[in-house]
Amino acid sequence: MNEAEALYQEIILEHYRQRHHAGLRPGDAEVHHVNPTCGDEVTLRVALDGDTVTDVSYDAVGCSISQASTSVLTDLVIGKTAAESLDLERQFTDLMHGEPADEDALEDAIAFAGVAKFPARVKCALLGWAAFKDALARALGEQHE
Amino acid sequence: MTYDVHRIREDFPVLGRVVNGHPLAYLDSANTSQKPNQVVTAVAEHYLLHNANVARAMHTLGAEATAAFEGARAKVAAFIGVSPAEVVFTKNASEALNLAAHTLGQHLRLGPGDEIVVSVLEHHSNIVPWQLLCERSGATLRWFDTTAGGQLDLEKARAEELVNDRTRIVAVAAVSNVLGTVTPMGEIAAWAHQHGALVVADASQAAPHLAAAGALFGEPAPDVIAFTGHKMLGPTGIGVLSANYELLEQLPPFLGGGEMIEVVRMSGSTYAPPPHRFEAGTPPIAQAVGLGAAVDYLQGVGLGEIAAYERQLVAHALEVLTQVDGLRLLGPLAPPRGGTFSFTLHTADGLECHPHDVMQLLDGQGIAVRGGHHCARPLHERLGIQASTRASVYLYNTVAEIDRLGAALAYVRDFFGGSK
Repeated sequence: MNEAEALYQEIILEHYRQRHHAGLRPGDAEVHHVNPTCGDEVTLRVALDGDTVTDVSYDAVGCSISQASTSVLTDLVIGKTAAESLDLERQFTDLMHGEPADEDALEDAIAFAGVAKFPARVKCALLGWAAFKDALARALGEQHE
Repeated sequence: MTYDVHRIREDFPVLGRVVNGHPLAYLDSANTSQKPNQVVTAVAEHYLLHNANVARAMHTLGAEATAAFEGARAKVAAFIGVSPAEVVFTKNASEALNLAAHTLGQHLRLGPGDEIVVSVLEHHSNIVPWQLLCERSGATLRWFDTTAGGQLDLEKARAEELVNDRTRIVAVAAVSNVLGTVTPMGEIAAWAHQHGALVVADASQAAPHLAAAGALFGEPAPDVIAFTGHKMLGPTGIGVLSANYELLEQLPPFLGGGEMIEVVRMSGSTYAPPPHRFEAGTPPIAQAVGLGAAVDYLQGVGLGEIAAYERQLVAHALEVLTQVDGLRLLGPLAPPRGGTFSFTLHTADGLECHPHDVMQLLDGQGIAVRGGHHCARPLHERLGIQASTRASVYLYNTVAEIDRLGAALAYVRDFFGGSK
């Protein structure tokens, strides 16, 4: 298996084939993020109940890395508190920059560790996470107004 | 004389590289071409032995640098069949098109009611400058559509009188950077001229294949052509705008600064005649010298010989790519077409192999292609897809590389199809 093949862990391919929590459902905030260099796009909504992320829904186009990463993200953060999800976002971003991460906390997301070796693809893996972070901040902002 | 591609490849050291454990197959020349030793040496020698500023340094080196820079202009002029004063050096095709949009807009005094026509298959650099011009002037942007087969839809355009007496500028690519489509430049120019409109040709994908493209420009010729050096074996940082001298003479300056002036007074300035009027500041001197060397190289191999060889590559690529199951080739399925092949790829059970993933797995096998929208998002939207994978060939590619591409695409498809 060459390095490029190693990038595509079975978990990533499974999430690409069957994206979890896909589609747009009602939420407290919606954001639209794009990766202008490659054209990947995601519209993502976050629903909160108090401090808990109750749903993350999305409509996205893009490569397997960006699609699977967003799918894995929803599995990880739904049911978590805002603070816990932001901690996961930080850990995943660290992982993408080749830094050590908490394997237990990141669960399926650890399969993306290989992406760090391909700088051009790091943005793909981070697209959904950046959108989530943005949408969460907006949803929390709405609550405090 | 037979065309010896292996001899040509020896002039391009990068083509001998091993990438990710495989011999490099560089199939991304529509993005940027590789550079032969001759071009790199010309640039290096200029810097190492003749470096000085042009047109203002009066010493010996200044004279050498000026002669080299103007000599490069003469080579490029001869290459495209115009006089040296009709060649304006820019930093790339985008800058040339922006220069055209700014100066033509001002010259034609564009305003509300005027129309600029482009096409949906353009590179962003032949869309955005015209959108900006419309925003500045109040003119309206309209565009040619494409047919299902990826041709510019002239019939539809005629039916809707796309080009009419309100049309002031028609700006279209001579060859599509995505589909490889050769646009009917001559017919478009004739139609535009009937209505007194000026025609701008984005020749970025045509200039590298000039013998093929030259004939395709047709009659009448476009009024302005723009192209870049780095796609035709030259360095980055050098582009060309060319227009008839009488037109250039009427155009106002684009950027202001050194070298584009005649007399500067605090109360106002007068401007140099073309082409220097449009070359403010120290120009890309070594890059121009490199482009001159690239022109020498292409002419040394023979433009006709290159065109004949590329026709073989195009025919072979069409044969190989159309035989890959799950591959949908965008653009013309038969010649005449350029050597740019964009496609989508699906697994047997209908899963899309996304272009970035295709690119990544091909790269793992040493095959360099481009995945994305290739700076032509409107065209992809028109085709109903988000992105495509693009392989493009040039004078140094081989049929064996195309065969490797075909086999590797089948492997990528099956990798995502779960049968790895």
